[in-house]
Amino acid sequence: MTAPVDLLIIGAGPAGMSAAVQARRSGLSVMVVDEQPAPGGQIWRAIEKRAGTRTGDLLGQEYAAGMPLVKAFRDSGASYLPQTQVWQIEPGWQVFMSRAEDAECIRASNVLVATGAQERPGPFPGWTLPGVLTVGAAQILMKNAREIPASAPWIAGSGPLVLLYMVQLLRAGGRIAGWLDTTPPGAWGRGARHLPSALHRLPELLKGFAWLREVQSAGFPIVRGVTQLRADGEKRLQKISFVTAKQETGSVEANLLLIHEGVVPSIHVTQALGCEHTWSDTQHCFHPVVDCWGGTSKPGIFVAGDGTGIGGARAAQARGTLAGIRIAERVGKLREEDAERVAAPVKRELAKEMAIRPLLDAMYQPRAEIFSPPDDTVVCRCEELTAGDIRAAITVGASDPNQVKSMTRAGMGPCQGRQCGYTVAHLLSEAHATPIKEVGFYRVRPPLKPLTLGELATLTHESTER
Amino acid sequence: METPLFARMDDLVEVQSVLTLTVDGQIVSAEAGESVAAVLLRLDPPLSRTTPVKASHRAPFCMMGVCFECLAVVDGVASTQTCLVEIRHGMSVERQHGRRDLGILSAGSADETVCFGSDTPTFLVQP
Repeated sequence: MTAPVDLLIIGAGPAGMSAAVQARRSGLSVMVVDEQPAPGGQIWRAIEKRAGTRTGDLLGQEYAAGMPLVKAFRDSGASYLPQTQVWQIEPGWQVFMSRAEDAECIRASNVLVATGAQERPGPFPGWTLPGVLTVGAAQILMKNAREIPASAPWIAGSGPLVLLYMVQLLRAGGRIAGWLDTTPPGAWGRGARHLPSALHRLPELLKGFAWLREVQSAGFPIVRGVTQLRADGEKRLQKISFVTAKQETGSVEANLLLIHEGVVPSIHVTQALGCEHTWSDTQHCFHPVVDCWGGTSKPGIFVAGDGTGIGGARAAQARGTLAGIRIAERVGKLREEDAERVAAPVKRELAKEMAIRPLLDAMYQPRAEIFSPPDDTVVCRCEELTAGDIRAAITVGASDPNQVKSMTRAGMGPCQGRQCGYTVAHLLSEAHATPIKEVGFYRVRPPLKPLTLGELATLTHESTER
Repeated sequence: METPLFARMDDLVEVQSVLTLTVDGQIVSAEAGESVAAVLLRLDPPLSRTTPVKASHRAPFCMMGVCFECLAVVDGVASTQTCLVEIRHGMSVERQHGRRDLGILSAGSADETVCFGSDTPTFLVQP
């Protein structure tokens, strides 16, 4: 049985690695578990393989910037378990996880949830067809497998990740068939008052402008203000249709469509733990309520990185470091005054990194129709339930997400609501004219990731002793 | 036969060790370190599974473990998230179709165990 640790970190991305490095500086026993085979999270996926190669170069400097932290993490002395999935956390804290069909329970005084974010589900009719993937998925394919689209893809969405991927794809020698820009019209109008704050991150702003120029000069069609989207095909994507805010319509043949409607914090673990969550009007998402150190409403449970709210890699590193400092203090390895002293520059760095967020959040709002899709849109991908099915359940009396779940099975498939939870909440919000903050999210129950009975049976009695 | 969705960037300088695996019996070459889902997306059809509810065709969607569309049978273990599994030489991948088949065998003598599950037994019962 593995010995208890001072700190167990779930996620080896920018936040998780930063927290591990910081906590190890104070001599804490640290274990980091991550479901991927190598550290880096999503932004620095496969970085140890790609850094210094041609693929790494075309991914850009944001990608290369991860190597020093990965090296520091590898050298930190933290115990690191890749390809390991956490499926339950019980008071104590007892963290249950599986690796290679073997389950284990590790006790930790503190748990840091650094599971990052996921792309916001953006349902539209036909989005489940083979040939429709997220922009993030395409970027991961580039990092993980050096793959690019075999023929020019259509891209539908908005946000910095869309621009970055288009630039990366063009630099890799790929072509783009066209971009259906779903940014609601008036982006600069929305963003104008946030410009002064964003100017603190002038290099980032200038980089964004450079990406825009690079994309526009590539010459592929860009359709602005797309409000509605539909994908059609027999067993795979064959055609895309769209409508714009100006009521222009169009349709194109396509076999590959990459979609993106922004990024939202992963809240599965903190929901399952019963941590207090709140709704962000600016980022249109739920996130756990945390103090300046990342401490949640449950003592000993911390969150760092995009899981607290979308801020990007550098903000995640700062948050991870702050959590590491606070946990070291909690464990008695750092005095309060030393913690404050070490934290001060990190807090300033975090504030600086977050200065550009209000501009980005105001400009890149999600397309409204994803929150109220047409009746024939599959909303729960796993159980194949449409928006019409959900609306019908609401009409006959399902009054909250869990009642919708009980009545329809929405949220009961393998993804456990990761792809449908927000949409169901929005449909309830619309039907009852209730703010989504009050509607809430599905109750998330363990196991947080699938496990077989065989894995469960490998848990020994000793590993669950209190 | 349609164009595959994704293809490897042309840069033989970077190719690390080339391994082979089978996908539904078809021998496929791949690079060490890439995910099984990445391999599936280079094939035609780019399919990982058909759904248990309506047998709809699905392919990997998010590549990061939060959509569960990339589920396939890997070395006999069904519903494996192929985007989280690195290929291994000689790996056997099968696309999974529809609902899980509970192949219940009849028990004979008192010592015989009853196995549930059509591939790797995940539940053993001693009658």
